[in-house]
Amino acid sequence: MLLIHCPYCEEDRSELEFRWAGEAHIARPENIAAISDEEFAEFFFLRNNEKGLTYERWRHIHGCGRFFNAARDTVSDSFLMTYKAGLPKQPVPVAERFAAIAEETSVETWEQTEGDAR
Amino acid sequence: MRKYSVFAIAREAMRAHKGWEAQWTSPEPRSSYDVIIVGAGGHGLGAAYYLAKEHGITNIAVIEKGWLGGGNTGRNTTIIRSNYLYEESMDIYEHSLKLWEGLSQDLNYNTMYSPRGVMMLSHNVHDQQSFKRHINANRLYGIDNEWLSPEQAKAFVPVLDISKTARYPINGAALQRRGGTARHDAVAWGYARAASDRGVHIIQNCEVTGIRRGPNGEVQGVETSKGFIGAKKIGVSAAGHSSVVMEMAGVRVPLHSNPLQALVSEPLKPIFPCVVMSNTVHAYISQSDKGELVIGAGTDQYNSYSQTGGLQIITHTLDAICELFPIFRRVKMMRQWGGITDNTPDRSPIQGVTPVPGLFVNCGWGTGGFKATPGSANLFAHLIAKSEPHRLAAGLTLDRFRTGRLIDEAAAAAVAH
Repeated sequence: MLLIHCPYCEEDRSELEFRWAGEAHIARPENIAAISDEEFAEFFFLRNNEKGLTYERWRHIHGCGRFFNAARDTVSDSFLMTYKAGLPKQPVPVAERFAAIAEETSVETWEQTEGDAR
Repeated sequence: MRKYSVFAIAREAMRAHKGWEAQWTSPEPRSSYDVIIVGAGGHGLGAAYYLAKEHGITNIAVIEKGWLGGGNTGRNTTIIRSNYLYEESMDIYEHSLKLWEGLSQDLNYNTMYSPRGVMMLSHNVHDQQSFKRHINANRLYGIDNEWLSPEQAKAFVPVLDISKTARYPINGAALQRRGGTARHDAVAWGYARAASDRGVHIIQNCEVTGIRRGPNGEVQGVETSKGFIGAKKIGVSAAGHSSVVMEMAGVRVPLHSNPLQALVSEPLKPIFPCVVMSNTVHAYISQSDKGELVIGAGTDQYNSYSQTGGLQIITHTLDAICELFPIFRRVKMMRQWGGITDNTPDRSPIQGVTPVPGLFVNCGWGTGGFKATPGSANLFAHLIAKSEPHRLAAGLTLDRFRTGRLIDEAAAAAVAH
């Protein structure tokens, strides 16, 4: 289970209190009736699904109820930072990024186990 | 390749089993192939097999970054059924179920397909209406599915608790008798052996790191950890990593990669005769031929490539299992694991052409890809050989997210994905 820092409550709480809410920083088109089918598919369905650093929204649904943004590593699942909704995409501090990579290498992914076997 | 048969067993028994040959070869890659398939799971190996068998294309490599069948093929709960709601889904899953029925003979490999029945429990009026709608749709389409009263369900699965005071009371069940299970490893190994016999190269421990494209945008081959390998056509069948591989060719696919967990118990004597699924309380369970109870949990809510998931997801499923089958309350769980499923917005697979000439995709099977293995592989082979989809898979295009012609199985699936 993940431990998530809510930037509004300023507390680390268990994942049970939170709901994942998809990729962050996707702006709804101003006049959605005017865009083409391709643009709508892009806006509505296509997501980055990154392996590694991802920016996503979470909602503290069983707490303050507010949406916020998070930067997370999808290989180690560790949170690099969380910040309030409405702020622009925040760069992840270098130290945090290195810590995540270090944690990645300690996670038993197939790259690790198979790499050793090879 | 020597055929497996009772005579082969007798012959080998006479000489201390020293004559068995390797099931498939592990060649060094050629400089180029007619077709490269990325991902040596059941779908990828099967596609290579059917390309060789039905379309006469044998200059094929299946490239796998890990080991053969080590991804979702080896991580699922091996449930097979075809009782989906929409015609597009029924087409592919029923095509697959029919192939399952003859697969062991076709491959000369015991895939241990066991049509022991898949039962879906109904707990409330909504379930009942939804299942009866499925049953009617299936029967109109020529697929078996029937409604059982709670007493009939209990007669089929004696350990089921149907008492009125149960935590999750049961008001009936839908049963597909032709559904069942198969041995997951045997499917990958059987396809690998049969494909290798027809000249297909299976290249393990070789990660695809890029897709090279020519001046007109067409594919030229793949960059791998063993160097560049040329190809006229590339089929991507990489499950949870499909969006990562497709990104190498600049194609975005509407996928979310989520962990899905499963677990098995200590081995028990035969006690559980079929597969039981409960959508409402999220539990599904069967008993393997080794005697282990095989239990599937739900997906985690967030995107991840970690092949692990939260403990709360497993305990939620085990809570439900213990209520439905009180007899299992003291059974110890032995192993637990996670796989990365590739989920589309409408929870139906994507199989079709892409904007890149020569690049084909087979992904989005999400939490239910194992049952589709032979059918998906068979239709994917057709797609790669003819460069256009088979009639049965014509609705699964990538383009449906632009046109809006979705196959909305999300609400119709057997368990809440």
